[in-house]
Amino acid sequence: MGTYLIRRLLMMILTLFGISVIIFVLLRVVPGNIADILFDAAGMVNSAEKQKLESELGLDKPIAIQYVTWISGLARGDLGYTYVSEQPALEEILPRIPVTAKLAGLALFFAIIFGVPLGVVSAVRQNTVLDYVLRVVSLSGLSLPSFWLGLLILMAFVHYLGWIPIYTNKPDRLWDELVLLSIPAAAVGFRASALIMRLTRSSMLEVLRQDYIRTARAKGASRVSVNYDHALRNAVLPIITIIGIEAAFLVGGLIVTETVFNIPGVARFLVEAIRWRDYPVVQSLVMFIAVVVVTVNFLVDMAYAVLDPRIRYDN
Amino acid sequence: MRSKLTAMAATIVATMAVTGVPATAQKQGGTLKYYHRDNPPTTSIHEEATVSTVNPFMAVFNNLVLFDQQKPSNSLDTIVPDLAESWTWSVDKKTVTFKLRQGVKWHDGKPFTSKDVGCTFDLLLGKAKDGLRLNPRQVWYHNIENVKLNGDLEVAIELKEPQPSFLALLASGYTPVYPCHVSPRDMRSRPVGTGPFKFLEFKRNEVIKLARNPDYWKKGRPYLDAIEVRVIANRSTRILAFVSGEFDMTYDTDVSIPLMKDVQSQAPKAICQLRPTGVYVNLLVNSEAAPFNDPKLRHAMALAIDRKSFDDILGEGKLGVSGAMQPLPEGAWGMPNEVVRSLPGYGKDFEKNLAEARAIMQGLGYGPDKSLKLKVSTRDIAIYRDPAVILIDQLKKIYFDGELDVVDTTIWHRKVTRGDYSVGLNLTGLAVDDPDVNFVENYTCNSERNYNKYCSAEVERLIALQSKEADAAKRKAIVWQIERKLAEDVARPVIHFQRAGTCWYPHVKGIVLHQNSIYNGSRLEDVWLDK
Repeated sequence: MGTYLIRRLLMMILTLFGISVIIFVLLRVVPGNIADILFDAAGMVNSAEKQKLESELGLDKPIAIQYVTWISGLARGDLGYTYVSEQPALEEILPRIPVTAKLAGLALFFAIIFGVPLGVVSAVRQNTVLDYVLRVVSLSGLSLPSFWLGLLILMAFVHYLGWIPIYTNKPDRLWDELVLLSIPAAAVGFRASALIMRLTRSSMLEVLRQDYIRTARAKGASRVSVNYDHALRNAVLPIITIIGIEAAFLVGGLIVTETVFNIPGVARFLVEAIRWRDYPVVQSLVMFIAVVVVTVNFLVDMAYAVLDPRIRYDN
Repeated sequence: MRSKLTAMAATIVATMAVTGVPATAQKQGGTLKYYHRDNPPTTSIHEEATVSTVNPFMAVFNNLVLFDQQKPSNSLDTIVPDLAESWTWSVDKKTVTFKLRQGVKWHDGKPFTSKDVGCTFDLLLGKAKDGLRLNPRQVWYHNIENVKLNGDLEVAIELKEPQPSFLALLASGYTPVYPCHVSPRDMRSRPVGTGPFKFLEFKRNEVIKLARNPDYWKKGRPYLDAIEVRVIANRSTRILAFVSGEFDMTYDTDVSIPLMKDVQSQAPKAICQLRPTGVYVNLLVNSEAAPFNDPKLRHAMALAIDRKSFDDILGEGKLGVSGAMQPLPEGAWGMPNEVVRSLPGYGKDFEKNLAEARAIMQGLGYGPDKSLKLKVSTRDIAIYRDPAVILIDQLKKIYFDGELDVVDTTIWHRKVTRGDYSVGLNLTGLAVDDPDVNFVENYTCNSERNYNKYCSAEVERLIALQSKEADAAKRKAIVWQIERKLAEDVARPVIHFQRAGTCWYPHVKGIVLHQNSIYNGSRLEDVWLDK
């Protein structure tokens, strides 16, 4: 296990290094830089002034030198200054991470507490009315575009019911903030829960046909015990995998939700930074998302061993 | 007597309705809440060419002179003192001397003096050591010869040539006075002004906060304690927030013509006003690229523009027809309908124009069996794409086989400037309704904003001539002469001027929307809340 852990950690570092190079190069391959955009926004073209600005920002240096400057700064915890606001990038990014983390966490929470039990119910009651209803609901969760669902929810809860305001002020109390975030989280979680539910259902159906389930029933185990202790436990590995993938996706994939619900999180900030070619912000945020994804994947792998004692990585 | 009193009462009520100013005394206090459609790139007005920056930050500053915030029309007659108490012109009309207000303080407590005015013009003229990162309006000040400081409270600006509209440039929201002691870099993130509101904070994607300046030199102003501008990028979300009562008003001209009906049905109490945005949609034709270097071909294209269709589709018939200057009734330099209709390509009988255009094209060898392929390049933004699609459809009628070439906004100007296009669909915004802004920025040979490099010695001469002309009627005649020449040359055919709406709730008082500019009326010192 120890060897495996070390190997995985080294792989993680190598993966992050690869991502850092790819994002650094890709950003510079995309046409236009911050100087182009600033001049474009001002509706003018002045080559001399543009070159001066590029020189001030270090964009005229060879790409390898730019990379070394950035990566060595990153190693020291110095993310540089954003090109747009000219403030330290860390100060701009840090306050946004908890907002997205809360939203993603809540969405994932909703996805799991609805997706897994309903998936089990759907499998156990296969081909009943309840199963059909749940399958239609899950299908709608997968097919409704999140921006449209978000707008419908906003219309209902903000305009017609007046239960929540548009997210304009961060509430002082954590509970109030979670209540405010729960609606957009439910909108995002709906899609994820549909995915988890369908996977739970198919995984459960496969397990429910196994001999050991029949044996459990034959020895007189209760329905709950059969479904949850015997079947779900054996069906859970693919579900854990998809939850891991969803968790990673949610950190960087909330662009539409954050925009429609006006939540000042990481995803929206990242899109704006890409629009402005604000390299320090984009690079730092992509690296942050990469770290989250790699870490979640690592944790999922570790969870396999805990959930299924037969799995031993050293062998 | 009774009828006179009735008439007087009616006039007062009408004035109240228009200006929003009631007979009762204005109330002090409260926070005006409205939303912003996007993040201003920076907080430095001098470095930006977008109303997104002017709108929230104009209230932080003062100018030397200003367009009267309570009068709906911007003109030379509505310019009032601001940091300059008064001004006088020299006999040769080449020097204007400003007497500055005494006792004015910057928001950080330092005194305002003539040096600050000098520093501001050093920045604008590109003479400052620690200069502006971007200086988009340097071309406005090409006529300044020298800025002389006469003691702490007097400034004289010497011009190379007389320029009556020079004061209009100074009266724009784009021309605040900056402090000497704050660097341009700091002004981009923490602006310091002398205006009615102090800058508190700007959190990107979240909020801009301004607080009342208790030491404001204009006694009793501002009425509001604070202004809070929330950034909401999604239009549906922000409109929903407005109709739900979370904001006192919308962002200026954020409500499109079709959307205005929705807003008024969902928030029946809201007051909405439709007005020109100062932005005009125009056609760029690359006159250096064959076959568009043929004036006949360009003329045919201009004839094929069906402005009424654009108006019907995009503006529900509320846009009207105009030349390059903002049209009547709001525009100060707009041409009467009969004059507009007499311009080449503007005739009322569109079918006749179309027949003429087809004949020209056939003469050039094109026809139903031999169409001319072209790409209409435009920015990847809906307000650009929509008219571009209509244009392609219209050009089909004169044997063009058009294709939409959507260009990422980051490379649009570079593409156009290096001539890497055939036909472009462009939007041009005007901060001041004056030919010295529009013509100089967009139609003079050396302007950085003259994207399609239109250059005509005759037009240059006329632009210089109108700029010097003191007689308003004579100047207008020259301006219309320029309009005709631009239309004949197919310099940048104007399709239409845009209009959009602004809405607010009745408890917001003192709102006066300027009818011929959206850039000059957001000082907000006279606005108050009747709550």
